[in-house]
Amino acid sequence: MDSDLSPQDKKDLDKFIKFFALKTVQVIVQARLGEKVCTRSLSSPTGSDWFNLAIKDIPEVTHESKKALAGQLPGIERSMCVEISLKTSEGDSMELETWCLEMNEKCDRDIKVSYTVYNRMSLLLKSLLAITRVTPAYKLSRKQGHDYVILYRIYFGEVQLTGLGEGFQTVRVGVVGTPIGTITLSCAYRTNLAFMSTSGLKCTACKICHYMFSHFLPYPPYSPLRTAPIMGIIIDHFVERPFGNVGHMHPCIYRAPGEDEGAYNGVEDSQEVCTTSFSTSPPSQMGVPGKEGGVPQQVPVQPCHGAQAEHRRVSSCPPADHVPATPSSSGEDAETSSRSVGVKSGSPCGLLETTFTRKVGAFVNKPGTKVTTASLDLPFAAFAPRAYDLEENDPMVQPPESSATSSPLQGSLHSQGSGESGGPAQDDFVMVDFKPAFSKDDLLPMDLGTFYREFQNPPQLTSLTIDVSSQSMAEDLDALPEKLAVYEKNIDEFDAFVDTLQ
Amino acid sequence: MNCRSEVLEVSVEGRQVDEAMLALLHTILLHRSTGKFHYKKEGTYSIGTVGTQDIDCDYIDFSFVRVSSDELDRVIRKAVGEFKDAMGNGTDGMGQISLEFYQKKKSRWPFSDECIPWEVWSIKVNVVNLANEQERQICREKVGEKLGEKVINIVEVINQHEYLPKMPTQSEVDNVFDTSLKDVQPYLYKITFQITDTLGTSVSTTMRRLIKDTLAL
Repeated sequence: MDSDLSPQDKKDLDKFIKFFALKTVQVIVQARLGEKVCTRSLSSPTGSDWFNLAIKDIPEVTHESKKALAGQLPGIERSMCVEISLKTSEGDSMELETWCLEMNEKCDRDIKVSYTVYNRMSLLLKSLLAITRVTPAYKLSRKQGHDYVILYRIYFGEVQLTGLGEGFQTVRVGVVGTPIGTITLSCAYRTNLAFMSTSGLKCTACKICHYMFSHFLPYPPYSPLRTAPIMGIIIDHFVERPFGNVGHMHPCIYRAPGEDEGAYNGVEDSQEVCTTSFSTSPPSQMGVPGKEGGVPQQVPVQPCHGAQAEHRRVSSCPPADHVPATPSSSGEDAETSSRSVGVKSGSPCGLLETTFTRKVGAFVNKPGTKVTTASLDLPFAAFAPRAYDLEENDPMVQPPESSATSSPLQGSLHSQGSGESGGPAQDDFVMVDFKPAFSKDDLLPMDLGTFYREFQNPPQLTSLTIDVSSQSMAEDLDALPEKLAVYEKNIDEFDAFVDTLQ
Repeated sequence: MNCRSEVLEVSVEGRQVDEAMLALLHTILLHRSTGKFHYKKEGTYSIGTVGTQDIDCDYIDFSFVRVSSDELDRVIRKAVGEFKDAMGNGTDGMGQISLEFYQKKKSRWPFSDECIPWEVWSIKVNVVNLANEQERQICREKVGEKLGEKVINIVEVINQHEYLPKMPTQSEVDNVFDTSLKDVQPYLYKITFQITDTLGTSVSTTMRRLIKDTLAL
C-alpha cells in the first residue's frame, strides 16, 4: 500500500497527520473554553504555524492529546476522538458531542503529499473552526460558569457514541484523501437534552434547573439550545460555591510552560518546523520543495498504558488579582469583596491549584501577584470557596465559633491600658505604648490612643453574626417557590412599574 | 470552463441583514483566503499565517469565525452596507448578493483581460418585517439556526475539493489572488448584488447578465 510513496513523502505524511490531529484537538477544545478566540494574521511565515493557520497550542491540551495517542497516529480503525460533555454543579454530567478523526481505506495515490494534502488539511481546519461555532455545544460553552462547566476527553481507538442519547445528529466537517487512506473529520452531537439527574436533586434551584432541562424536546438538526437564556436566571439562585464535591475530577488549567513538574513536550514540538515552502514548478519537474529552518527534533513520546485520558476541564479563567480584604480597609468594602467571590469557571480541586476571579471592591489593596487559594490569608477566609469544603464545613450552614464574641471594647476597657490590642489573633503586630501625636489626656475622658485601640477591631457585622448565618443557604432556597408565587401574584404591579419606566 | 455555482437562501428581519450577510460571506472567504505569498528563488514560495477571530452577532443568536484582517472586513462591510441601503429600510423585499471568485486571463492587445469566474456563491435574501418583540426574539433564534445550516452547507461544498486555480508563479499571482491586502491573500473576488422588487422580477438585470455571458464566451 505504501510502496508508491517515497520515504520522504511517507515521513512528511506522518508528520502532517500527527500535527493535524494535534491542531484538531486544539481547535475543538479552544472552541469550548467559553471565550472568543482571536489570533493574528502574519504576512511573513514564522515557520512554526502549522498549516499556515494561527492556532495557539495550549500545552496541557497538547499533553493530553499526546498521552491519548501514545506514539501512534490516527489510522484505519484507529480513530482519535474528542468527547465534549457538560457537568453541573450538582455533579450530573451529560455528553454533548463527540468529534471523530478517522481514516478509511480509500487511497488517493496520485495526490501530492507536500502540497495538496497539506493545503487540504489547512482547509479542513478552517472548516473545523467554522463548524465548532455552529453545533449546539458552542452556545452552552459560552455560558458555562456557575451552573455547569464543559469538559473534554480525548481517546484513541473505537468511536463511542452511545453516550449521546437517542437521535443524535452527525455533521461531516470534511475529508482529505491521502496515499494511505482518506482522513475524515466529523461530529456527532446530542439533540435530546432532557437531563437525567443521577444523584438526585439537592436544592430548589436544581429543581428549577431540572424543570427547565426536562422540558427540552428533541430538536431538529442544528437547533441551538432555546432555553439557554433562562439558565442565566437560574445562575443567580445558585450557591456561590459551585462544584464543591469534585474531588475526583482533575480540572485543567492553562499553565505557562515550566510551572508544572514535567515540561510539556508540546513546547519542543512547536519548534518542529512545518513545511512553509512550496514550489510552483510543474509536477514533472518538481524536486523536493525546500524546507525552511533546521532539522525537526525527534520528540521522545512518553509511554502511556491507558488509551484514554481522564476527563479534563479547561479553565478559561485568566490569572486574576486577588484582594486580601484586611480589616484596616473600609469595613463595607471588605465585606463586598469577600462576599462577591464569584468563581467564574474555576473548579476547586483537591489536588491542583486553582485560580479564580474576584470582584474588586473599592478602597481595597490590589496585590501585584497572582494568589492561589493555598496562599490566601483572608480575614474572611472562612467564606472563600475551598477545595475540601463539604457542607458541614460551610460557615454559611454552620457558622464558626466566632472569634470575636467578646467585644474588643470590653476587652480594652478591662485592659490595663498597656496598649496591647485585644483583637483577634490574625493581627500581625501588637502595639505597645501607643502614643498618638497631638493628643492630650486631660481634655477628653478617653484619649486618642485608647479610642484607637478600642475601635481597632470592630465587632462582627450583623450579617455575619450567628443568628443570621444560622439560616442556611439551603433554607433560603427552599423559600424560593413561595417568594416566586408572591411575585407572580403581584405581577400586575410589577408590570405597571415597568410601564412607568418606559 | 464550468463555473461552480452555489445558492444559499435566508429570510431575515431588516436589522439582521448586515450580520447575516457578513457571517456567510466571511465564512466563504475564510476558506478562500491564504496567507501572503513570498516568492523566493528557484520557483519556491512560502505562505504567511492566517489568523482567525470569533464574531458574535448582536441581532442574531449566532457566532461565526472570520479571517483576522481588518482591511478585508472593511471591504466586505462596505459591500454589505451598499446592499442593505439598496434593499431599503423597513420594507419587505428580496435581494441577492453574489460573491464571485474569478481568474484573470491575459488577452492580447487590444482586448482587455478576461475575468473568468470559477466559483459563484449567491445569497438570496428575503427581508421580513416583524410586528412585536416576541416575534423578533423567535426570529433571532430561528435565523441563528438557519445560518448554522448555511455554514454547514458552505463547508460541505468547499470540502468537495472541486476546481481550484493552480498555484501561480510570481508573475501570475495577481491573476489568481487579490494581493492588495497587507495580511492575507484571498482569491480574486468580486461582490455584486441585485434587488428584486416585491413582484420578484428583475428583467433588466437578467437580460444584462445574459448578454454579458454571451459576450464572454
